[in-house]
Amino acid sequence: MEDSEDRIARPWGGRTPHRRGGTWPARVDTFLADGMRPESVERWVQSASILHSDGDAMDIAVADGRMVGVRGRDVDRVNRGRLGPKDLYGWQANSSRDRLTRPLVRRGGRLVETDWDTAMDLVTARSRELLDERGPGSIGFYTSGQLFLEEYYTLAVLARAGIGTNHLDGNTRLCTATAAEALKETFGCDGQPGSYDDIDHADVIALFGHNIAETQPVQWMRLLDRLEGADPPRLLCVDPRPTRVAEHAAVHLAPRGGTNVALLNALLHETIRHDRIDRDYIEAHTVGFDELAARVAGCTPKWAAEICDLPAARIEEAAELVGTTDALLSTVLQGVYQSHQATAAAVQINNLHLVRGMLGRPGAGVLQMNGQPTAQNTRECGANGDLPGFRNWQNDSHVADLARVWNVEPETVPHYAPPTHAMQMFRYAEQGSIRMLWISGTNPAVSLPELARVRSLLTQDRLFTVVQDIFLTETAQLADVVLPAATWGEKTGTLTNADRTVHLSRKAVDPPGEARPDLDIFLDYARRMDFRDKDGGPLLTWHDPESAFEAWKRCSAGRPCDYTGLSYAKLQETSGIQWPCDERAPEGTARLYTDGFAWAHPDVCESYGKDLETGASQEVVEYRSLNPDGRAMLKAAAYLPPHEEPDERYPFQLTTGRTLYHFHTRTKTGRAPQLNGAAPDVWVEVSVPDADRLDLAEGDLVEVSSRRGSLRGRLRVTGIRPGLLFVPFHYGYWDTEGGSGPGPDAAGRAANETTITDWDPASKQPLFKTSTAALALVERGDGAPSPAPTTTASAPVPAGAARPTTGGPAARATQRPAAFPHAHEEGAQ
Amino acid sequence: MNGINLTLRVLHRGERHLAHDLVTAAERHRTEHEVHHVATDLARWSQEHVRRLAEVAAHHGVRLGGPPGHDAADGVFATLRKKASEAVVHRPEPGLLLLRDLRELHVAAAENSLHWEMLAQAAQASRDTELLRLASGCHPQTLRQMRWTNTMIKNLSPQILTSL
Repeated sequence: MEDSEDRIARPWGGRTPHRRGGTWPARVDTFLADGMRPESVERWVQSASILHSDGDAMDIAVADGRMVGVRGRDVDRVNRGRLGPKDLYGWQANSSRDRLTRPLVRRGGRLVETDWDTAMDLVTARSRELLDERGPGSIGFYTSGQLFLEEYYTLAVLARAGIGTNHLDGNTRLCTATAAEALKETFGCDGQPGSYDDIDHADVIALFGHNIAETQPVQWMRLLDRLEGADPPRLLCVDPRPTRVAEHAAVHLAPRGGTNVALLNALLHETIRHDRIDRDYIEAHTVGFDELAARVAGCTPKWAAEICDLPAARIEEAAELVGTTDALLSTVLQGVYQSHQATAAAVQINNLHLVRGMLGRPGAGVLQMNGQPTAQNTRECGANGDLPGFRNWQNDSHVADLARVWNVEPETVPHYAPPTHAMQMFRYAEQGSIRMLWISGTNPAVSLPELARVRSLLTQDRLFTVVQDIFLTETAQLADVVLPAATWGEKTGTLTNADRTVHLSRKAVDPPGEARPDLDIFLDYARRMDFRDKDGGPLLTWHDPESAFEAWKRCSAGRPCDYTGLSYAKLQETSGIQWPCDERAPEGTARLYTDGFAWAHPDVCESYGKDLETGASQEVVEYRSLNPDGRAMLKAAAYLPPHEEPDERYPFQLTTGRTLYHFHTRTKTGRAPQLNGAAPDVWVEVSVPDADRLDLAEGDLVEVSSRRGSLRGRLRVTGIRPGLLFVPFHYGYWDTEGGSGPGPDAAGRAANETTITDWDPASKQPLFKTSTAALALVERGDGAPSPAPTTTASAPVPAGAARPTTGGPAARATQRPAAFPHAHEEGAQ
Repeated sequence: MNGINLTLRVLHRGERHLAHDLVTAAERHRTEHEVHHVATDLARWSQEHVRRLAEVAAHHGVRLGGPPGHDAADGVFATLRKKASEAVVHRPEPGLLLLRDLRELHVAAAENSLHWEMLAQAAQASRDTELLRLASGCHPQTLRQMRWTNTMIKNLSPQILTSL
């Protein structure tokens, strides 16, 4: 039985209820271009989504050499055939008429078309000049969370061993750096402990700053299906916005911004005080319990209630929920990672699981989530401020091992300091010590904080900027050289989602014009630069995606993210597989830490850890004395007040975030008509009491201003926490007259005009959720509502204040119930 | 117990200086965002140490002042320091000044650390539990201040020193 639904109006589709411990049934979602029928599809090409971190497996429909639709893969363990709105409609952006099809170079102040040879010669000439005159530290690479594993790995080798620079990071710094750091702090090494399958088994699911309904809509479908089945889970939601999760939560806490550590310390206090802890587990598997217990001893619910502006009784209820269940799953995202004391807070969630012994078994786990689709690959390949394969830059034997894999001398790979993080790279560019910045697949002119600063930095004459992208983004418009790239569906590669599931994404159609896969561009650059290994052979010994994957397997061998048991053929045959996948676990690994914490041993760990409050690095001697046998580490942190607090001039706290229908800076989703129609322009969310007090109403044009800058948008009155404003971060200037920024007399549109330049000292993740701002009326609404969706956390109060968000006939997608074909539900079969 | 009183005085002065110097460095390096924010946080630790030292010293009959406030003249200089740092945002040379300031902060914290050590030893020898509680409560934070300045110097100096 097949039915069709408007998946803009009903983003999560129909329900397939399932009971606790049962197998989540499959449901195949399909969307085909207007007039296209399933029987006219010529080929279905295997892939997975790159518009969020869920890793939804899908097949791309091809006819006449064009993409004509998508269909979920029912055999895949992650989504079991389901697709979210971005999966269903986002692919249409590939065929936009404004795709970049030829390289561009800046001549006389303008970007003009040229050929590949001219553009690449310019890039290599500048690279050589800088290497000769100023050394490798004058060149930096800033990459993405949307390329493929093979591309990150290639970039990591060419940057770290070819150029020899320490300056390579991804925009994953903005979304996932805290997840990685929190895992390193607690477990000594990166690697997601839990599995999505834990959703099927958990009794209590605690979502900390994680609006899963909008960030991973398919896992929200899974949760909704469990909520409708027998023995449903109870939810704890910590979020200042009235999200869908909050609506279904047993306990919803909406704390004051920047107070996560206070709240979590109170939850730990209650857990320990009521002896809801697993002493045997703590004794066998952890170090640091006494210090943690001492640190949270004074953190009563009453103490936290004051700081977080929450009723103490609600904090006690939350503590009881997480403290008394037999199967606790916690998930964490930007409400923690991009807020004040990011790593310190994320680590306390790990602590909660350790003291309760809630790890490594079905339904008991932690998911420190990722924001972007291939963020996990940026991390493991060494393109996110780490060395490849989770190697420890402070451990000489790890560096020697990496040098052996690359056949270079250890001194070739910079390891005198941690790999430079993105915010520091931009600072080096600002003060003039980085003179060439190669930006691939990302848009810092919209996504970084304090945009006026970013624009002024990127437009410096002395900075040579290369931008590799698929559209002329705000950042590309400021570049010296623009390289047209191929994207998802036009190239082959692998990607790994937030629960370590590796997917293969095959090329379905040719890229437009002269656009090239990112891998080919990096390999071409390496060839032109003539990078050599220590024996004079080529540094990069691969030539296409599959040979790059094989090279990466050698680099990952014996490390936690071991890929040696995987191959393109195997991924094609079985769909997604969770790493580590090697001889011992040929079918992949559902959960880490089912039996101790071997990767925390001082000889193998990725990091010796940092001071959670100052970011100061620990040395091996300290690590060895704290954790000689490799156990999980309970690290305590004290609450510190946020760096910017509301005052008379800027009385609001301001947080930014995403909406269900868009990704990153809208370069793709803004070009998919159904998605763009659902959320066509920026808006500002304010609470009912604040709107009443300031005499503001739905649809009023308002200005949000901070110490850094301002933006204008139409007001949406919602159930958000009083005193807090929300602005979505997706909107920039490519579809306005300004092009790369607000025009000379035009108002700002991007949320990041207002955000503060501040980052977590441990993870170096910028903090987008702790600015303060003022709100002022610009002009009364003309009766038209705010462009915010009504289906999400942006829903208006009262409910009828805006016309419901719908996609109409153009958004109808089919849903067909199906059986999940694997008897065994975990890992691949 | 003149030795203890003397150490309390010296340490009180040292923590006051460090609190002041951390705030000054935060203002002077406003465009080095991590230094700016973390130095401001760490100044709070030294201010707290000053307060606790004064409290305990009072029980020893020694009168010491509170943490340094921001008086009006200081406010003018603070603004000047911030403006000056913004004016040279595109210059590499302030990097050297930053390394020098971090070095000075490190040395100041190291001096305080040694004085905490002395105070803790004297507290044990004289079985003064209040004094020992003070030293063991504050000293770890002083060590963390040192570790932070050391980390910042380690991370920043390769780029600063090779790019001039």
